Amino acid sequence: MSYCKQEGKDRIIFVTKEDHEAPSNAELIADDPNDPYEEHGLILPNGDVNWNCPCLGGMASGPCGSQFKEAFSCFHYSKEEVKGSECIDHFRDMQECMQRYPELYPQDDETDSSSQEAESRSALPTEKDSTAATSTAEAAVSADGTSPTDEQTAS
Amino acid sequence: MLKCRTVWRTLAPLARTSSTVCRQNARRAGLNNGRLPACVPAAHMSTAPAGGGRENQLYVLLVGATCVGGAIYAYRTVKGDSQRYQDRIDEISSRPLKTFTEEPATPTQSEPPAAPSPAEPSPPAPDAEILAPIETADLPSEPPAAEPAEARPGVVAEDEPVIEASPEEAAEPPVVEPEPSPPSEPTPAELTEPVADSESPAAESAAAAKPAEPQLEAVTESGDASPASHKVSSHTPYLLIGGGTASFAAARSIRARDPGARVLIVTDELVPPYMRPPLSKELWFSDDPSVTETLRFKQWNGKERSIYFQPPSFYINAEELGSAENGGVAVLTGKKVVHMDVRGNKIKLDDDTEISYDKCLIATGGVPRNLQVIERAGEEVMKRTTLFRKVEDFKSLDKVSRNVKSITIIGGGFLGSELACALGRRSTESDLEVIQMYPEKGNMGKVLPEYLSNWTTEKVKKEGVKIISEALVKSVVSKDDKLEIQLKDGRLVKTDHIVAAVGLEPNVDLAKSAGLEVDSDFGGFRVNAELQARSNIWVAGDAACFYDIRLGRRRVEHHDHAVVSGRLAGENMTGANKPYWHQSMFWSDLGPDVGYEAIGIVDSSLPTVGVFAKATAKDTPKAATEESGTGIRSESETEHTASSPVASSAPSPTGVQHKDEYGKGVIFYLRDKVVVGIILWNVFNRMPIARKIIKDGEEHADLNEVAKLFNIHDD
Repeated sequence: MSYCKQEGKDRIIFVTKEDHEAPSNAELIADDPNDPYEEHGLILPNGDVNWNCPCLGGMASGPCGSQFKEAFSCFHYSKEEVKGSECIDHFRDMQECMQRYPELYPQDDETDSSSQEAESRSALPTEKDSTAATSTAEAAVSADGTSPTDEQTAS
Repeated sequence: MLKCRTVWRTLAPLARTSSTVCRQNARRAGLNNGRLPACVPAAHMSTAPAGGGRENQLYVLLVGATCVGGAIYAYRTVKGDSQRYQDRIDEISSRPLKTFTEEPATPTQSEPPAAPSPAEPSPPAPDAEILAPIETADLPSEPPAAEPAEARPGVVAEDEPVIEASPEEAAEPPVVEPEPSPPSEPTPAELTEPVADSESPAAESAAAAKPAEPQLEAVTESGDASPASHKVSSHTPYLLIGGGTASFAAARSIRARDPGARVLIVTDELVPPYMRPPLSKELWFSDDPSVTETLRFKQWNGKERSIYFQPPSFYINAEELGSAENGGVAVLTGKKVVHMDVRGNKIKLDDDTEISYDKCLIATGGVPRNLQVIERAGEEVMKRTTLFRKVEDFKSLDKVSRNVKSITIIGGGFLGSELACALGRRSTESDLEVIQMYPEKGNMGKVLPEYLSNWTTEKVKKEGVKIISEALVKSVVSKDDKLEIQLKDGRLVKTDHIVAAVGLEPNVDLAKSAGLEVDSDFGGFRVNAELQARSNIWVAGDAACFYDIRLGRRRVEHHDHAVVSGRLAGENMTGANKPYWHQSMFWSDLGPDVGYEAIGIVDSSLPTVGVFAKATAKDTPKAATEESGTGIRSESETEHTASSPVASSAPSPTGVQHKDEYGKGVIFYLRDKVVVGIILWNVFNRMPIARKIIKDGEEHADLNEVAKLFNIHDD
């Protein structure tokens, strides 16, 4: 049973698990998907990529930012059956650039849950295939995700 | 004068009639003398005063005197005004003359040029200007640099000599740079030469300065010396003043939105941007003995990272910024911005370099406050006091903590309590005594409601800290190599070292030169909801007093706010025009058992409603990070900002039950029945819900129902 006590202006309520079992009747205002002020995820309402998404870490803003943007844009708008298959040159450029900065883009293939989420959130089929394009993209994004040096904490 | 005229007009008929009456009476008097009985009575005019001649005369006298008096007064006033006017004109015209008379005095002294004489402000008068640049060559110190600049407007007016001199002498500017020895020899010789000759070298230095600097502001210092020696590009599209979290977040945001952007960060610290929270938390719990050098820390889940946002290879050199193909972020360390010229869109550094910008961000943060009693206590006490903020402070405090027997922390807020816990942990390994004293009743007394503050204090004590609450410091003296802190209630505390964590003073040094408004309630630069102070100037981070559309005007000193506001400022600098909308959060860990995340206005003076459940072993900060697989809790927050707010659910815990009453829960802070702040007490990964509740700004009748949204019993 929950009970309540008052200490001056502060009220304290203790609740048991049962007390909180019933669904809440507190009303929350529905979110407007077209709210211009809201922070957006990886994909903006108009379908573009949000380069400023915290989930990308510093990928779009680093020294290889422009290569990354080109490669990822190509991938995002790709309508091929094997998505991004025509973007292989962009990804190669990006990889070359990243190899020049091993400190910033550690060359490991560790896949991170956040990178996979980033991929899935962009409404792409999550393919764990072996195409160079996607694996590089995943590696690149995950390299950022796990990179101890590239991550900026807190949104 | 006019008054006199109108007065005269009205009185004139009166005067005339009275004088007529006078004359008539006189005639009658004269005529009547010859006759006997006055058959015809004197014809009195209706307006004439009755009574006779004497009174008439008196009347005339009075009127006349008034008129004369008025005329004299008017005359005096006009004279005085014209005199004052003349004085003013004289004064204005005499001003340049005053400085002018000083200028010729100094060169004619022919003093040894190596001795820098105090620089005179250069006058606009032609002759003195020419001498002024020579003074510049003489005096290597800063002020003389003012003279070529101020000389320039006058030199421009000079026309012929300048234009002739400049093409020939264009190659010579480096020679005239403020180097004490070489120009000092030629200059005394030049001084004695006729003015015409000395015009040329002076003119060329000024003229050479002219092409380098398009502005002709008399106030600004010349940059002619600096670009030649520093080679830092004198213009950058994006200038970020301050090299902290907000600045870095803005740099990242700008680079993401403006492809190929060139961003210059100017910081007076000697290191590139880093994050502050680990300095008072994780770095102290590191097992690595070389942590003060590497500044790397192991997070709860074993993942290691550096406090630096990016390694040095991320940044490009400031000199290469202009030519970099895809732009980049450059950091200029060890340089302080001393002057900001808003009209000219440029700043001046402490080494006289001028950098112009298109858009500027001020993210200067702040400096730690100190207690007045410590400041006044003298050198010996100040030597043993740490004001904790920067990396060097961490390094020195780490060293101190290994070498002394007793440290006292003054201040019971976030920083003080975190440091107390960190040092308290260290005290278990060594015989270090850690004391924490503050004026409130309990730790975080200004943030947490009293019952939670007391509970927190007990936990801090368990970390090995000796707490002295309700302590007001009266004086601090240094005695026998120890510090004695005298409290107002008479208690005496003896310690070896003091850490003062009593607040942050926002750095608004640039407000004066830039003409920016400073907020009197919260401190910091006053900016609007879009973080803009003026056109092309934004402020973010600790130094920004901004308008929060939901919660009103405030200034926030937390890490996540620096990130959020820095990112927003960067977006707005690239044309987004978005207001502060995404509410930032903050967090604190006080030892392994107490951890909370908070959002909004969390002020203990507000009425609160707390909803608590019993805690289990899984409700600790350590468990939260292990569970979510991320390093710092704020990282998990990062991932969730990209998704819609959903309470994470997990299998129900089967851990040990804590006996404490306030194990985990949610505390709502209310202002006029609206929730303006929420603390998630040992409840993690629910921040998006809290953010939503604050964003809605609704009046909820039953906060228990709102608390249900958090599923506090789940993990």
